[in-house]
Order: sequence, then structure tokens, then C-alpha cells
Amino acid sequence: MTEPLIYDLGRPGRMGVHMPEPDVPLTDIPAELTRDAVDLPEVDQLSVVRHFTRLSKLNYSIDQGLYPLGSCTMKYNPRLNEDTARLAGFAGSHPLQDPELAQGNLALMFQLQEWLKEIGGFEGVTLQPAAGAQGEFTGVLMIRAYHHARGEAGRTKMLIPNSAHGTNPATVTMAGLDVIELPSDARGNIDLDALRGVIEKQGPQIAGLMITNPNTLGLFEEHIEAVVAAVHGCGGLVYGDGANMNAMVGIARPGDLGFDALHYNLHKTFSTPHGGGGPGSGPVGVSDKLVDFMPGPIVGITDEGDEDEPPLYGWVMPKHSIGRLKAFHGNFGMHVRAYTYIRVHGDTGLRANSENAVLNANYLLSKVRHAFTVPYDRVCKHEFVVEGVWHDAPGVHALDVSKRLIDYGYHPPTNYFPLIVHEALMIEPTETETRETLDAFAEALLSIAAEAHEQPDLLRDAPHTAPVARLDEVAAAKQLVLCCRPANLPAVA
Amino acid sequence: MTYSPHTDQDRQDMLAAIGAGSIAELFADVPEAVRFPELDLPGPLSEMETLRELSELGGANANAQASPIFLGAGAYHHYSPSIVNHMILRGEFLTAYTPYQPEISQGTLQAIFEYQSMVAALTGLEVANASHYDGATSMAEAVIMAVYHGREKRRKVLVSPAIHPQYRAVVRTYTQGMGLTITGDEDPQATIESVAAQLDKDTALLIVQSPNFLGQIEDLGGLAEKVHAAGALLCVAADPISLGLLLPPGHLGADICVGEGQSLGIPLSFGGPYLGFFATRKDYVRKMAGRLVGETQDRNGQRGYVLTLSTREQHIKRERATSNICTNQGLMALAATVYLATLGKHGLRRVAELCWHKSHYAASEIGKLDGYEVDMSKPFFKEFVVRCPRPVEEINRHLYDEHDLIGGYDLGQDYPHLKDHMLLCVTEMNSRDDIEALVEALEHAGE
Repeated sequence: MTEPLIYDLGRPGRMGVHMPEPDVPLTDIPAELTRDAVDLPEVDQLSVVRHFTRLSKLNYSIDQGLYPLGSCTMKYNPRLNEDTARLAGFAGSHPLQDPELAQGNLALMFQLQEWLKEIGGFEGVTLQPAAGAQGEFTGVLMIRAYHHARGEAGRTKMLIPNSAHGTNPATVTMAGLDVIELPSDARGNIDLDALRGVIEKQGPQIAGLMITNPNTLGLFEEHIEAVVAAVHGCGGLVYGDGANMNAMVGIARPGDLGFDALHYNLHKTFSTPHGGGGPGSGPVGVSDKLVDFMPGPIVGITDEGDEDEPPLYGWVMPKHSIGRLKAFHGNFGMHVRAYTYIRVHGDTGLRANSENAVLNANYLLSKVRHAFTVPYDRVCKHEFVVEGVWHDAPGVHALDVSKRLIDYGYHPPTNYFPLIVHEALMIEPTETETRETLDAFAEALLSIAAEAHEQPDLLRDAPHTAPVARLDEVAAAKQLVLCCRPANLPAVA
Repeated sequence: MTYSPHTDQDRQDMLAAIGAGSIAELFADVPEAVRFPELDLPGPLSEMETLRELSELGGANANAQASPIFLGAGAYHHYSPSIVNHMILRGEFLTAYTPYQPEISQGTLQAIFEYQSMVAALTGLEVANASHYDGATSMAEAVIMAVYHGREKRRKVLVSPAIHPQYRAVVRTYTQGMGLTITGDEDPQATIESVAAQLDKDTALLIVQSPNFLGQIEDLGGLAEKVHAAGALLCVAADPISLGLLLPPGHLGADICVGEGQSLGIPLSFGGPYLGFFATRKDYVRKMAGRLVGETQDRNGQRGYVLTLSTREQHIKRERATSNICTNQGLMALAATVYLATLGKHGLRRVAELCWHKSHYAASEIGKLDGYEVDMSKPFFKEFVVRCPRPVEEINRHLYDEHDLIGGYDLGQDYPHLKDHMLLCVTEMNSRDDIEALVEALEHAGE
């Protein structure tokens, strides 16, 4: 069953909500400034509610079941966080109101900055970046600015392992720098010899290294100290992609490992909801080298206070700031949620989460290891990667395994990533899943592995139970139907 | 507490299944010197205690639900129908990821398709993407798109000084590694005509905002022709509520329309999360950044939706992608879609007209006060500039302390020639009583 478009549900003259009549004298609106009413739906309120409720039921979600999407940390999104973010004092406050009338918000942001500094071992934190990708961009711009300030503008090359997220190289390009890709070794680490080789040849041109640790194979970089030392040794800085921080809170601090910057994904590690693709939030922690280059303003204490008076918080611009990454102060609503999450867990709860995330991943791996090829088979962290192909089941691909999982009632893992694994299935169960859920999911994977050999068409034609079957993505890109009421514009001269 | 369900027994049993002796064994590859740091964080708190602490923090803020607010400047207090919040709180939307698996993401995908359709209709353009982080980053993405459209040969971008100052700042931050010249706003009083006079064969894009940061509706007649004659593109930043009433940028010849979608049912929330909308002509769609949803069919010929043109994006193109954007503002785009569906064709126009009438009523009443002067030199929408008899900061302090009103924006912070000028915002949320209280309070504050 398809759901009609909202445009096809209404009748001329209907409205979902009535706005009041003006209670002030009217002022003429010059006709030459105005348009005809916008072509929007005309639908009664109950029909709107039913439409979006029916649409919602076409979605899979964490609330429905296991969502083992590798590198995305689809853990439970606590509803307490939703309630705190909607408190009138937060939701109704204006970003430009006098800081003295926003002391609750500023205190919360200041405390969150402090906690994220402590969790990562950093000298400073900016909450401004709106998402992980923007956090990366922030980090790379700061590294660039750092070298420029030292008269080393010739450092234009950023080292990136071939297992990295696509955002890493795209970010480097956006910042006007060039990418040098590094190979991985047989155990899934950055190839240390290759790294040293590049540094030997191009050391003075190297701006830094972008690294994800644990990496996208779910493996802790075994030579991390040597890697960091090599990059620092040639004058480069180390940027950490914090996408996999859920394995590391209370386990090891990136700052202690020598990282100069790292973005947190509040929507992964700190449980803010993914919302069907955002909003996220990507605060960045930095070492003393980068603290003056942070985007701003950030929250500082502008008056220490005393026994009788609490401290006064205000906006502070870092000395050599790279500037502002977005309007206002970042995705504040996500800051409230992350604050709530940290407050509930405390030091012990946060560490327990990372422990249990890693426990769950290793437990699940132990249950399915015998039925799948595990290209880098060692103790994993919060996620692991297997191949979704078998040499004796030709014609079945990782995508087919994924689609078949839908029939079993699960969201598929991440497909075809990292690129260095053939037909990758990247699986991240997170700490909020019970052992029984993991057992059932393992059974499903094993059953699908058997089907791949015995009834491959079951996989190739999957999903059989979803609201729609596999969709024609080629046709979508060719014919490009991007909206239902396209405007008719004169052609561009 | 933790939301992790494991008992000690579970942990023991699972470790045994793995063949590990302890949890610590799972972290043996972490350098010992840094392993298991003591974190100086507070201990855990119950849900009840946490809610109390957060309520206290929230209670320390002035807010638009407690005090009438006349502050806008890029973030607006508008009415959001109850169902908007109820719909976005549905777990099926709230706790889903980016719709990479379209067979089980049709809800999110169709909602985005409807969003794209509504934004195209609002802006009078042909295509809209699934959204950016906010209005400012939408503008920065417009700059990057225009530079790539000009094959990176055109290196200059002209910006009107009447664009939101923070948006111009973000454009400069985004492009600092690209070696572009962002210019046109050095003179804070420069008009659009004088900015357009700097168009040349090196110009990739000209950006204006209308209604501009000062609330004024710019006269864009003939501007697109001038921009296109120079071979550049025109980007207009607009307020989406104003587009319920005013001529849309697409009808005025703009190639790109960007803006802040927060007004469409999204709370002020101290500046975020918001919603950057982005619309353009179909010809430029392959150069546009951001997620896009397209209509297609499944194997059985049934209509369905997928993310499309992903070959533009970072996860495919890596260092050859023009933007690193990964997410859109999914849930905020959903909020805007529910908002626009609920208000509909006539409701949105009514909101825009209410803003028009109420702001004009406020402006005319304030204009009668001794010591105050309202700038009526250009038509305005929702916001207007008032010259004050005293520093804006002092007036705002008086408004809040004595009258429980949140006053306007101090324009002197960004525009030296507008020292002691306040930008006031009046929306459908401000009743006649609120407006009259403001007028009376301003009169007292001016004495």
C-alpha cells in the first residue's frame, strides 16, 4: 500500500488549524509586493495526523527493534532527554537575548564543555558544530589556521587512512587542503611503515592526520602511540574522528593518546536521536595547541562570583578563532539532551556503557564468526565487520543479506563500508540491547547464511515483507522527480 | 543509572561465551598508561533528580513562553500547531537513521519529498534539497555551488551588508581555504545597487537578503538581469513566513533561494537545532550539495522514494565531493512539513498577514513616541528599525526589569551607523495588549 501525497488529500478551502483574526488596525499591503497564495496542501487536521502517522509506520526505528548500523551507534534514545529539551526555559529562549537573562543555558553549555573536556582529555571544547561532518570541518580549519599562524602555510597535505569515512577526505577538500591516502596493514591498522615513508618524503608539507580510533573496522589501532608520535614528529597535528567514541568513554582519552582535536557525535555516543537524518551535534575538543583557534563564541566565566553570588557566564571569542561555523550557538537542544544523558549516567554509567557496547559486539561476533568470513578477526571494540559473500554461494551479495534481514524484522547493518573490506557488513549492536536480542539476531544471521547456500533467491528477491520491494535507484537518478508541484520557470539564458 | 540492561550475571555469561576472562581483557590493545582513566565527572543521578536539576537551569532563563518577546534578528517566535510536536515525537520518525534502506524508510523519504515540494512552492523555484544545518550554512553552500558552477574560475562573491551579519561570517569561515574574495559589505550602508555595480566577469554569485536583516523588503526589480548579464548567479535569502505573502525569489529571477526554516514550527531553543532550506533551478541540481529524495518505482511497479544523485556526495565521491555534508536536519524538515501541511495555503498567508499588520501597528505607535523614530524609508515585513533616545542595552534592561518584556536587537553591535538603533520584531504571537505594553514601556524607558 502506498500512502497518497499530502497534496492529494485535501480539498480547496480546508485548513488544519485556524489562525485568529487581526486584533490591530489593518495596514495596506502594496499589491506589487505580493504573490498569489502559495501552492500548499489544504487538509483538515485529523487528515494531517493520519497521513503522518501512516507514513511513520512505513519506517523502521530503534523503538521497533535492533538497528545494528555500524558506525552510527543506534542506541536507545532516552525520552527523558526529549522532555528536558522541551522545558519552556530552554525551548522558549532566544539565542540573542541578553546573556544575563540566559544564565541557565550558559551554565548548562559551560558544564557540558567541561565534561567533554574531561571525557576526551582536552584543553578546550566548542559546542558550535552542528554535526560530525561540521566538527571535522572545524578541526581541519583549525589545523590549517594553526600552521598559517606559525608561518607554515605550505603544510597542505592531510593524511587519511583508506578505511576512513568519506566525510574525512571531502572535508579536507572543502578546507582547501589535499588528501594523501594511507594503506592499512594485515591486522587492520594504519600501515605504520607506509606512514613513516610518506612522512620521510613529504614531512614539511604535512598538515596532519585524520584518524578514527577505534577505526571503521571496529578495531583499536594497535600502534596508535607510534602513529601519533610520527605525525607530531614531522610537525603535523592529529585529528580524531569521534564517530566511534562510544567504545572509548572511560576507557581511554584521545587527548591522553596525543590527539590534538576530536569531534564528538552527540547523536551517537550521547544518545540524542538521529531523527531520520538529523539534527546532529558535533562538539570538538582540542589540545592546548588549538585552543585559541576554536570557532566562537564559546561560553566562559566572565565574573567568578563569590560565596553569595554564582559565577556569571558570558560569550568569549577565542583569540585567533577561525570564525563562526553556524548562526548562533550550535544545536543547543542537542546540548540539553547530552547534558541530561551525562548527568543520568555519571562517571560510572558512562564507562559501563562503553564496556557493554564492546561486550555486546564481541559476544555477537562470537556467535556468528563461524558462518561468515571475518577479514580482520581479533578482539573488536563496539562494532565488527564481516563479509556478506561466500565463495560457495555465487550470486549472493552483502546487499542481499542486508535486505533479507529486513524480512527477519531487523534493520540491516552498514553495507559496503569500509571500502577496504570486500562486500562489507558492518555491525554495531550498542550497549542498550539485551543478550536475548543479540541471540535472536545471531540466529537470523546464521539462518540467512544457510539460505544463501540453499535458497539464494530468497535473499536476492528480499525484502518480501517490507512496505515496498527493492526500488529502482537508477531510474530515480535518471528521471529526477524531486517534487510533486514543480514550478514553471523560463529557461536560463 | 544506565540504560544498558546487563546484570553482572549476564556479563559473566557473555564473557564466558566470548572466551574472555574479564571486561578488561577486551581492552588489552589500549596502551596501559592511558587505560581506564579516572574521570572527574559527577556521579549518576536518578531520572527524577535529573529532571529537577534541568528544570532549575531552564528556570534561570528569560523565555518567550513566559514574557512577551520582540526580539527576532534571525530567530523567531511563531505559533507551532500542537500536532507538529506530536508528530515529530513519534518514535518511528524520531529514532530512525538517515533513510539508507529505502524499503523500510518510506515514511522519512516521502515526508522529505513532500518537504522538497513545499519548499519549491514557497520559493518559486524548481527543486529543493532535504535541508542544511541552518540558514547560514545554506548560504555558505550556495557560495560553494556557485563557485563550482563557474568552474572555479570565478573567484568573487558579492554580499549585501544588509544580510544577517552572522550569515556573512559563516560564509567567510566556510570559504577561508578556498581563496575566494567575499566582498560588497565593507560599507555597512551600501545599497544593493552599489553592490551590484561591482559585478564583473570574476563574480560567481551575488547574495542579497529580502526581507533583509533590518526587516526591509528590498527592491529586486531588474537585479537578476544585471547579475545574469555578468554571467553570475543570484542568491536571495528569504524568511519563509514572508514567502506566504511576498513575491518569491524564484519569480524575481533568483537562481538560488536559501533561508532559515525555524519559523516553520520549530522552537527558538536558544538557536538550534534549526533548518536551512535551499532551493534552486533544475539545471543546477547536480552541483547542489545536500541530501535529495527522488520518486521512483519498486520491482512491482509500486511508487516509492529513494535518496538520489548520491554520486554527488562524500560517501561516494570522497575528496572529489564539493561538500562534506552527511546529514540533513531530518526531524526539523519533518516539523516544517507538518507545519506547512497544517497551516496550508490559506493559513500560511494568514500568519504572514498577521505579522504584517501587527508589526506595522507597532511601528506606527512607536513612531508617535517622543524621542523615538521609526525608519519607514522602505517597506518592511515583521521587523523594523527604531532609533532610540538612549542606548539599546539600557532600554532593554528597563523593558525586562520593569515590564517583563524581551526587547529588540541592538543594531549598533554590527552597524556603527546604527548606534542606538533597535531592531524590533512583531509576529502573530504578539497580541495588541503586548504591543501596547511595549509602546508604554518604551515611553517610560525613553524618559
